[in-house]
Amino acid sequence: MKNISIDFPGVKALSNVDFSIASGNIHALVGANGAGKSTLMKIMAGAYNHYSGAIYLNGEEVAIRSPRDAKNIGIEIVYQEVDTALVPYLTVAENIMLNVLVNKMDKQVFVRWPKIHQAARQILKRLNIQIDTNEIVQNLKLAQKQMVLIARAIAEDCRFLILDEPTAPLSNTETVELFRLLKDLTQNHNVGIIFISHRLPEIFEVCKDITIMKDGQVVTRKSVTELSVAKVVEFMLGQKLSEVFPKRQVEIGETIFEVNHLTEKEDAVKEINLYVRSGEIVGVTGLVGAGKTELCKTIFGSLKTKSGEIKLNGKKITIKSPFSAVTHGLALVPEERRKEGVLVEEPVFSNLSAATLAKFSTPFGFIKSLAEKLNARKMINDLAIKTPSENQKVAFLSGGNQQKVAVGKWLNADADIFIFDEPTKGVDVGAKHDIFELIGRLAAAGKGVIYATCEFTEILGITDRAYVMYDGQIAQELVTANTDEEKLLFYSTGGK
Amino acid sequence: MQLSSNAQLKKVRIQTILMNFVTKWGTILAIGGLLLFFSLSMPDIFMTSSNITTILRSISIVTVIAIGITISLTINGFDLSIGSMATFADTMVISMFVWHNIPTVPAILVTLGVALVVGAFNAFLIVKVKIPDMLVTLASLFIFEGVAMTYAGGGSISQGMPRLDGTPTFGVIPDIFKTIGTAPTIIIIMLVVVALAHVFLNYTKYGRYLYVVGGNMEAARLSGIPVDRYRTLAYLLSALLAAVGGIILASRIGSAQINAGAGYLMPSVAAAFIGLSVAGAGRPNAIGTFAGAVLVGVLENGLVMMSVPYYSLNIIKGAVLVLALALTYFRKK
Repeated sequence: MKNISIDFPGVKALSNVDFSIASGNIHALVGANGAGKSTLMKIMAGAYNHYSGAIYLNGEEVAIRSPRDAKNIGIEIVYQEVDTALVPYLTVAENIMLNVLVNKMDKQVFVRWPKIHQAARQILKRLNIQIDTNEIVQNLKLAQKQMVLIARAIAEDCRFLILDEPTAPLSNTETVELFRLLKDLTQNHNVGIIFISHRLPEIFEVCKDITIMKDGQVVTRKSVTELSVAKVVEFMLGQKLSEVFPKRQVEIGETIFEVNHLTEKEDAVKEINLYVRSGEIVGVTGLVGAGKTELCKTIFGSLKTKSGEIKLNGKKITIKSPFSAVTHGLALVPEERRKEGVLVEEPVFSNLSAATLAKFSTPFGFIKSLAEKLNARKMINDLAIKTPSENQKVAFLSGGNQQKVAVGKWLNADADIFIFDEPTKGVDVGAKHDIFELIGRLAAAGKGVIYATCEFTEILGITDRAYVMYDGQIAQELVTANTDEEKLLFYSTGGK
Repeated sequence: MQLSSNAQLKKVRIQTILMNFVTKWGTILAIGGLLLFFSLSMPDIFMTSSNITTILRSISIVTVIAIGITISLTINGFDLSIGSMATFADTMVISMFVWHNIPTVPAILVTLGVALVVGAFNAFLIVKVKIPDMLVTLASLFIFEGVAMTYAGGGSISQGMPRLDGTPTFGVIPDIFKTIGTAPTIIIIMLVVVALAHVFLNYTKYGRYLYVVGGNMEAARLSGIPVDRYRTLAYLLSALLAAVGGIILASRIGSAQINAGAGYLMPSVAAAFIGLSVAGAGRPNAIGTFAGAVLVGVLENGLVMMSVPYYSLNIIKGAVLVLALALTYFRKK
């Protein structure tokens, strides 16, 4: 691939990227979130057609403008969300042979099942995978589903296989099994594999070459023998971003919130130990998929707890649901703003009172609408929410202003602990600044703040202490003043 | 070129304004249009006070049941079983008079109590077992229709009529109960139900929570609203109002008939959905539902008076429902 560039409305996602891969090789593609890895691979798989640049195969230029084009020259991609590509209530054989069933039937009306199953069995055997072709896909484990997808890719004459973060949801043993399969593919079937991953140690385990991207450009391309985890991190970060963080100096008090050995019901997070002191902003960081959101939701009772205890102000509390979390004085600003944080079809004022409506009601439950609206106006003023009036539907506000609404609804809640999950996602710089200010004000008022983000600059900018998560567990606790991005990334990627 | 694109833009804008106007005020306009049309074509009989009373009386049961549907719609749910609930309530209350000679007040209270049990049954299956609302209430539609029929012994119940096994009955339907189904009581009950529902949905925190849950269940949950509790409440209220509708029906016809309530499902659903867009509310609301019921009622009354046979009315009622749904969903796109 030469000189690849692509624009999306308002952003240049890739500029003049060169990328190449030899068959029979595993090639790693790494970069921070938003570096352009997935975009580049989607171009290669034919998901976009408005790019510029050229793609060559064996020295000859080929046109890839649709997924069909890519498939025809043998490029297959396995996306991170395996469930979107499988039909859950069909058998393994049908899923593997799906493309054949759809595209190669020609005028044949009846399906020859024995033939389909035989072909599927052969592919699985070739890959040395032990799965019954009669099994229904929804009964499979995640790793097995991924293998079915890889088998499907192989079912059609596949020369290049793109794997987008295949190991993120896998356990260690499953990962080992996947690597065995990948090595087998490259050695015995001469397939070229592009491997996207955030977990640096495993890249050194299986890949031969690494291409590192940053901000839509290729930074470097080297053999793994010339690099180390620390070097790769350096390339990924490049120069340090400078963003102004309005960090307040706040007197830090006693421990007010404590989590001991917390484990989520399905092990999404395991053995979490953390504490928050009054006036303290505690960061929770880690890469995408490390379990930050799950941690926030487990503490807040939105995900079920298997074991562990939570103490607030020294007293043990049981949080069974978000309702009981709120009653105990916790507040959560969730990550998926439009899906979980605000009511887009409702006006600003009712969003701002959604969590505290009891305060604006008489004992019989009648709403004091004047008090509710006055509160909304005060909030709009305090938080500098840009809206024509409190009656505006939240759907019409910008992302940053929606986020301010999502935060604003908690400010009257008398909460002691505020949990923020990626509050600056998709928020412009000005609104970011306002949100940081607001969080600083909460800390200054003696509240405890848990701040989850994958942006290391934010961790360094506004927190007092940070926990780094890896694979659903807390890998390291760091005091912000004594750490830097390199250390954060080192622990986030599984370094020890 | 510049000119034509400007003209195009203007055309589009006019179209949007027109579309918005139609969706907002279409129901009111349609009621007005129908009233005008019927009074012009039947000047002597349509616009008389007795006929207007007839219309209001005939829509009361539909309105009360439709308010129940409206409440189930606020939480983004749906209750198909209300017709059967009305039949069940009709059977219950009449049987208590005719078979057991129980006075009016306890008979009504027991019937409403049974309605709450039915509502709790629906709510349990929807909220706890997590079966989609439409399917649960479709199943319970049949269950409670069957329960009502089994309870009545497969036939109707009316005063003086012996039970199916031949046992004579001596109970009487009290006169005070009979007045419920006559004007003006029946109209007053309807207006009170609409007013109460309007106040409940718009001026209390409970009503607000129902809308919040319906608007975005996950956001509601993460705001600390006990979502399951409010969803349960909605199904309880919807069953309760269906039972009120069934009791009024019992009083009007003075007997318990097989599947008496079934015919109220369709017009009630239509009324609630027509009500969604009235005056630009954009969400289920009591006043809109009332307007929807008036539209359906006026249409039915006028058509009957114009000698359209009763067996053809369903075509028109169904078409009105389709139109209301089209207005709601077409805009949502």
